[in-house]
Amino acid sequence: MTLKTISIRNLLRRKGKAGFVLAGLVVGVSTVVGILSFVEAMTSDINHKLEQYGANILIVPRTENLALSYGGLTLGGVSFEMQEIQEQELTRVSTIKNSKNIAALGPLVLGVVHVGTHKALMAGVDFKAARILKPWWHLKGTVPEENGVILGAESARILNLGIGDRIAIRNKKLVVSGVLQSTGSQDDQLIFTRLVTAQSIFNKNGRISMAEVAALCKDCPIDAMVKQISDVLPGAKVMAIQQVVKSRMETLAQFKKFSFGISGVILLIGSLVVLVTMMGSVRERTDEIGIFRAIGFRKRHIMGIVFMEAAIVSGLAGIIGYFAGFGVAKAALKVFSENHSGHIPFSIELAVGAVVTALIVGLISSAYPAVMASRLDPNEALRSL
Amino acid sequence: MSYIVADNLVKKYGEGETAVSAVDGISFKIKEGEFVGIMGESGAGKSTILGMLGAMNAPTSGSLLVADIDIYSLGQEQRADFRREFLGFVFQSFHLVSYLTVIENIMLPLAIIKAGKKKKREMAEEAMNQVGLSGKAHRLPSQISGGEKERVAIARSIVNEPPVLLADEPTGNLDTKTTRGIMELFGRLNQGGMTVIMVTHSPDCAGYAQRIIKVSDGKLVGYYSKKYANA
Repeated sequence: MTLKTISIRNLLRRKGKAGFVLAGLVVGVSTVVGILSFVEAMTSDINHKLEQYGANILIVPRTENLALSYGGLTLGGVSFEMQEIQEQELTRVSTIKNSKNIAALGPLVLGVVHVGTHKALMAGVDFKAARILKPWWHLKGTVPEENGVILGAESARILNLGIGDRIAIRNKKLVVSGVLQSTGSQDDQLIFTRLVTAQSIFNKNGRISMAEVAALCKDCPIDAMVKQISDVLPGAKVMAIQQVVKSRMETLAQFKKFSFGISGVILLIGSLVVLVTMMGSVRERTDEIGIFRAIGFRKRHIMGIVFMEAAIVSGLAGIIGYFAGFGVAKAALKVFSENHSGHIPFSIELAVGAVVTALIVGLISSAYPAVMASRLDPNEALRSL
Repeated sequence: MSYIVADNLVKKYGEGETAVSAVDGISFKIKEGEFVGIMGESGAGKSTILGMLGAMNAPTSGSLLVADIDIYSLGQEQRADFRREFLGFVFQSFHLVSYLTVIENIMLPLAIIKAGKKKKREMAEEAMNQVGLSGKAHRLPSQISGGEKERVAIARSIVNEPPVLLADEPTGNLDTKTTRGIMELFGRLNQGGMTVIMVTHSPDCAGYAQRIIKVSDGKLVGYYSKKYANA
């Protein structure tokens, strides 16, 4: 027989009240867990999409002359004629502190060419890097050799060219080895060739117009990487492509704040449920507490019994609440994010956090009833002496 | 030498002109191992006196020494310790904890002492044997008779072997036969060296005491011997 025995026996006797406290806390904890899991899953999803996005850092010449739109993103200035980056300088990028986070580095040479009566933008790229940098590319045909090109969907349509056709660019005869399926980006308008071919056509041997970097960004500090690359390439302007996800991340951050607010309110309501129920329980047990005091229980013993009961129910609520919240988040993802896989990884931190939060809420809410119980005058409580 | 010394105990409820004296300047001494009955009509102040003896109802004035300890000079928590170590209580309406079994009710005072599970169980079983409750250990209070409830209450009060047993109308709710059994049990406990102080209306019950303190309107109106009480 210990104080724990008394607490457990009382909880088993008052199943309805214990169940009510449990339900109040489970609702609170599961809501918090559900919201946090949902937000975490959405954030993870966005991070994953950011990785899938391909290039997320651009290296362009430091210039203030022209603005260029590329890939649907507003970038910094690029002057084809005035300033370029030495291709050799790019090797310095591999020396930065976070170089292990770099998945691919793709130099790019851009220039305007005439194909028949049309003007077109030609890009010399490293096709090996392009596989990582442009995962949305679906090529019909093959990657070009040194004397070959591939065409964006629109450029193939407008120039009326297909695989195997030949084109002449600045006295150089090139073969169309493939056509990209429509991407919905500016790539549709371009003619792509090997980097060396483009450098030869535009007389830019050893020079590039810009470079794209794909950073594995789930956990990497992209801003720090931008600074590190800037430091090793002082003549270039380095920018993070964050516009695409920025607004979504901001929305998510606002939702996160709102969610925390809602969670706080729900936890507050849960704690009030515990407080009111425990107060009622203490009042009902006046006689019993009087006996405990009469036979020599100290105040701390009485408080111990009340806190023990609260801790048992709260701990249980934390465990149930975590799994309930987990389920709620999974269901919510299916409803609110159709493209999401619905997978939420088990988080030991969140599980422990749920139990600890439930315990804290349960114990704090029980503090006043516990103190009230401990202060009961045994003589008044029993009324028989 | 006296074990319990009450000196001019006064207990007033309320303040000023509206104050009511429940106990009005009572003094008495009780020796160690004595069986004392406190008698008086309803409202005479006998339960108030028992409450004061039980370190639960502080007197308005006066002092109470038990084993040379001035009880009401102690803080609340020290008084709780005193109750645990020195006193056993038997209440009129049993006051058993309804959701605990018989043996758990008996073990209640042991819940807060440092002793092994086995030792606590042995102590509880010994107390059960003393009051004749063997075989009912795992029943709930709702599953036993009034007399058995009283025995459980007595077993609970003696399980930690306190030197003083306080009983408030212990047979008030019992039939004659059960009352006799309970009073014989008190007699045996007293013969074992326990000081027993019992509040009662019943002259028959008081007859088991060695000495009777009679109170009326909060005042002590006399001591009576066993022979007188039985008469």
